[in-house]
Amino acid sequence: MRGQLFLQYLFSGLIYGSIYAVVAIGFNIIYNATGIINFAQGEFVMLGSMIASALSGRMPLALAIAAAVVLTTAAGVAVERLFLRRVARGGVLKMIVTTIGLSIVIREAALMAWGEGVRTLPFFSGNEVSSLTLLGAHFSPQILWIVGITALIVAGLTLFFRLTMAGKAMRGCSANREGASLCGIDPRRMVTLAFGMSAGIGALGGCVVAPLTQTHYAIGAGLAIKGFTVAAFGGLGNSVAAVFAGLLIGMLESFSIILVPEAYKDVVTICVLLILLFAKPSGLFGSKAASSLKEY
Amino acid sequence: MATRLFGKIGATLALSLSLLPGAFAAPAGGEPIKIGAIFGVTGPAAYLGAPEDKTARMLVDEMNRSGGIMGRQVQLIVKDSGASAEKAISFAKQLIDEDNVVAIIGPTTSGESMAIKDICQKAGMPLISCASAETIVNPVAKYVFKVPQKDNYIVEWLYGTMNKLGISKIGVIASNTGFGNGGKAQLEKYASKYGISIAISEVYDSGATDLSALLTKVNAAGVQAVVNWSIEPAQSIVAKNMRQLKMGQQLFQSHGFANIRYVEAAGEAAEGVIFPSGRLIVAGELPDSNPQKRLLAKYNADYRALYKEEASTFGGHAYDALTILKAAIEAAKSTEPDRIVQAIEGLKDFSGTAGIFNFSAADHNGLLMDSIDMVTVKKGRFVLYKGK
Repeated sequence: MRGQLFLQYLFSGLIYGSIYAVVAIGFNIIYNATGIINFAQGEFVMLGSMIASALSGRMPLALAIAAAVVLTTAAGVAVERLFLRRVARGGVLKMIVTTIGLSIVIREAALMAWGEGVRTLPFFSGNEVSSLTLLGAHFSPQILWIVGITALIVAGLTLFFRLTMAGKAMRGCSANREGASLCGIDPRRMVTLAFGMSAGIGALGGCVVAPLTQTHYAIGAGLAIKGFTVAAFGGLGNSVAAVFAGLLIGMLESFSIILVPEAYKDVVTICVLLILLFAKPSGLFGSKAASSLKEY
Repeated sequence: MATRLFGKIGATLALSLSLLPGAFAAPAGGEPIKIGAIFGVTGPAAYLGAPEDKTARMLVDEMNRSGGIMGRQVQLIVKDSGASAEKAISFAKQLIDEDNVVAIIGPTTSGESMAIKDICQKAGMPLISCASAETIVNPVAKYVFKVPQKDNYIVEWLYGTMNKLGISKIGVIASNTGFGNGGKAQLEKYASKYGISIAISEVYDSGATDLSALLTKVNAAGVQAVVNWSIEPAQSIVAKNMRQLKMGQQLFQSHGFANIRYVEAAGEAAEGVIFPSGRLIVAGELPDSNPQKRLLAKYNADYRALYKEEASTFGGHAYDALTILKAAIEAAKSTEPDRIVQAIEGLKDFSGTAGIFNFSAADHNGLLMDSIDMVTVKKGRFVLYKGK
């Protein structure tokens, strides 16, 4: 029984952790390209799941999700081209405040468009009551999709940054913006690409978790705070670290329920984050030297 | 943020204006009757507040088309509190001191209602709450009424059903809100009376998106049934998570589950959930002799025709609050607060969506245990629960 229970908490932690990791990865991509924290990241997740849910009745699920990812990517690009590019000269803080404002605008627009109701997506395999059993612990097959797609996103990103020209160019911009432009890279295009990518990844993440967690117009703010916590915990800018930190925090929340009421699980997370940031301000896997070079 | 700021400024302004007694007294005759409403139209209680808002607007339009109240048009002033108690407080002050309404209906949630109970009592403003906590009307405050069934009735129905099913050891989970904590307290209070032992009692965050870890803990406590007490979408998540964890225990929910959209969100996992509720959601099954039947059918049909969605018991609470207020003003032939209160206390055998109301000076809810039935979910629809 003890082992079963342990596994059961572990699976719950896995769900929480994967969700947080996907949001944190979005934060990191934009942070690397621009040095800012995009507080509208949670809204990208919301948009993805809401668009997919609105479309899913009219077309096959896979197509609806693909359309949601494409549309949200377009929204991410639009956010950067129409708004952030214009305030970029005002410095990092001005851009961050702009993202907060945009997050409110996107949230209210979603409220107008889809109302206040909760929506869900169909389960990718099985339905609400499907359950798989592993070593005596039970879980929804959707968890396999969540973990699998998170793993694919991380692997894809790693390959993209290591092997492709665009990925290398983005890393170049992140390391040294002026140096990169001297080499013929247009940093502004890289920033646009970063916003598109993180919006798309956020949307995909939102779609994969929506069958389990449900979605509504206001889920973004909470996700953004949690995602930011995870990104800071792992060390800003490091996507693989974000996955580890996400899983760690997910597990922490899941296992803390043994001792602390569910209502206070966020308190546990925030306390651990505070302690960590006092001891190691650059995050669990962050490097002090690297973070001292950043403006923020 | 902005609304809260304005709310605060409004409240401050209102406070200074209230020092001039009579400065804003409503002129008699011809002028519209102003009724204030505080609903959580958006935010965590939106599944309750939005249908309340829609119902109130529908009803006021209908009233105005058929001559208003005492020949005067009705002006409804709705404030969206987002289910926040702080906002409810500043909106209540605003409605009382600036808008000079004759009465307030709402708020949507128990937490908000408790937050403005004293304010309305001190200001002598009739308040008809749409929330369920017993504490809203116990102890009785002269100006404060409520229309939903009291949560202690709900609890007694739940426990009565458990006794019939031979369930004696249960787990209680509740969302961390006024509604959840109120229900949890009532469950704990009445357990011994029905020989029920609560093996585990937990609160969760009202915005929770997955409760599998919490349910794992509840399951490990070896309970025969789970009672979930919340109004949030978490109600659907509990149902899904229990099935995914292969928990075979019976799931009971509070009357907060009486919105078909929660069933839709939970899909197949909602099948067999049992919960106590007013009769609106099972109106079609009632015998023709039931005095509520015609009213329920009309409200259901009107609401569906106008908004293209199913009516819920929560919209029904706004319906009751408004029709009770209208009847009271007409009986009192006055919009004086004290006369309205007296008239409400005099209402007997008044058919509402929640039941047959019999108010008195000592009972500001007016409903009895028989206003509730046990309901279950079958093939995605609400049906009367008739036992196993």
